[in-house]
Amino acid sequence: MTAARTYPARRDDVRLLVVDAGAGELHERRTTALPALLSPGDLLVVNDAATLPASLRGHDVTGAPVEARLISSDTERGAGHFWAVLFGAGNWRQRTEDRSPPPALATGARLRFGPLAAEVVALSSLSPRLVALRLAGSDDEVWAALYQEGRPVQYSYLAHDLPLWAVQTVYAGRPWAFEMPSAGRPLSWEILLALRRNGVRWASLTHAAGLSSTGDPALDAALPLPERFDIPAATVAAIAETRRQGGRVIAVGTTVVRALEGGSAPDGTLRAGSGVTSLRIIPGYRPRVVDGLLSGIHTAAESHFAVLAAFAPFDLLRSAERYAEAHQFKSHELGDAMLILPRRHAVDRPLLSCAP
Amino acid sequence: MNTTHETKSAPAALVTGGSRGLGRALAVALAGAGFRVVLVAREHGPLDQVVAEIRARGGQAHGIAADVADRDAVAAIAGQAAALVGSIDLLVNNASTLGPVPLRLLLDTDCEDLSRALEVNLVAPFRLTKAFAGAMVLRGSGTIVNISSDAGVEAYPRWGAYGASKAALEQLGRIWAAELAGTGVRVLTVDPGEMNTRMHADALPEADPATLADPERVASGIVALLSAEGPGAAASGARLAVRGDERKTAEGRTS
Repeated sequence: MTAARTYPARRDDVRLLVVDAGAGELHERRTTALPALLSPGDLLVVNDAATLPASLRGHDVTGAPVEARLISSDTERGAGHFWAVLFGAGNWRQRTEDRSPPPALATGARLRFGPLAAEVVALSSLSPRLVALRLAGSDDEVWAALYQEGRPVQYSYLAHDLPLWAVQTVYAGRPWAFEMPSAGRPLSWEILLALRRNGVRWASLTHAAGLSSTGDPALDAALPLPERFDIPAATVAAIAETRRQGGRVIAVGTTVVRALEGGSAPDGTLRAGSGVTSLRIIPGYRPRVVDGLLSGIHTAAESHFAVLAAFAPFDLLRSAERYAEAHQFKSHELGDAMLILPRRHAVDRPLLSCAP
Repeated sequence: MNTTHETKSAPAALVTGGSRGLGRALAVALAGAGFRVVLVAREHGPLDQVVAEIRARGGQAHGIAADVADRDAVAAIAGQAAALVGSIDLLVNNASTLGPVPLRLLLDTDCEDLSRALEVNLVAPFRLTKAFAGAMVLRGSGTIVNISSDAGVEAYPRWGAYGASKAALEQLGRIWAAELAGTGVRVLTVDPGEMNTRMHADALPEADPATLADPERVASGIVALLSAEGPGAAASGARLAVRGDERKTAEGRTS
């Protein structure tokens, strides 16, 4: 699959591969058709986390170059504390796999990113590249310096830099995401308001999406690391109401799946509030809360594929992958989209309003 | 997983041009009314002073030093603000520039001066509204206030750059309100009248400060108006004239 190398001309007009798990069919549409693809009573749940400028470039005390990519908030240690993946010399034009390792750093090592001073306060057993960092200063100072000095995580397959505004969804709120929750990128207000006019409701949660890959095989195998989330009471109520009416809960992105599934009890009950989930969705996982998924285009080689497999038969997903490959769909953050619609619920109604 | 129940926290407001004049007074008044306030202004010094003053009074305030007219600063302002206080409930687009000072006839106004006035007074509020209103629509509540002027309605000679930018801002506000109808997000225009501020002194140095309203009094009027609920609440799209003291504004503006 070819990665999209730049933005689409319109954020809400990209190709959409509809995987109809009920009928066992694939349909090609465009994302502008989303309002017609969902049904009255369905609920779209989005991750409203804004994307942080999570990549910091600087030096250690010897002057050796270090890039720190923040991967999660270190909620145990509190404000100003983050887990970060470190890289050595090089830049985003190189694949992370090809980046040189960071200088060897012990606990207590000091780093400087422009005006921002940081200290390594712990090392991870997962990888020597993963460290707990304390960013020095008051809350106001740390955030000001982070936004002055940091840039969004960049991608080697893109033709250009991504500025901060380009990695935000149209509904971004609290900056909790370390990489863009990119499944929501094709959603415009034109689409969201049209969905609502059609009787489709939307709800939100905030999930601290971490890095999707680090280039370190040991660390990549452990991703996603535990991530924090916050589910508003209104979202819990909207999900309960949707279930009562036989509607479908459609997650926008695997981060929403992780928050709702990770935040629910084994019997599927969901409570409002914040928490940290270490749920890893592996093949065979049976979703308790989410029925369907809007996501990017993923291949069977990616860990995201296991999440897709929770919502559609494996063979159908492999057909979708082959279709996307043969028809030159674009993958990755700025690419095309996939909508997995579940089998019908007890309340019988047409799944797709358009013929193939 | 661990679950903690969220607690309803105090509402949060962001005020641009928050270090002087009406912006400063609004930040202080909003903090006094229980808002957690984020102030945006270009210079650290005056900004830090207002933040310190609000904190000394027991309020919660944060300062962000940035130029709202800097395109690349807007996403950073939105991110920093939400990192510091969470979701923003109230955005006050107050930062403004007069354009060329002393005020010039349009025939003497440089094109660049008109562009700058539009950039600060119209495009910056548009970008900030775009950056904050989406999250408000998603939550189903929020208020955006654009500070305008009677110069945006009346054709005062020599107020061309400023007046045109404010007229455009008011029209933009009405269209925002029309598009956001039914979403729970209000967009209001406030005309604060003539106040005893540095901007007013720059525009009309000969004006007698004694005839001008105190920005503090205007600010408390605006806060009272924003806090009104039920039938007394201002409807989205409305243009609200708020005066600190009606008697002092009776003379009107000289041209």
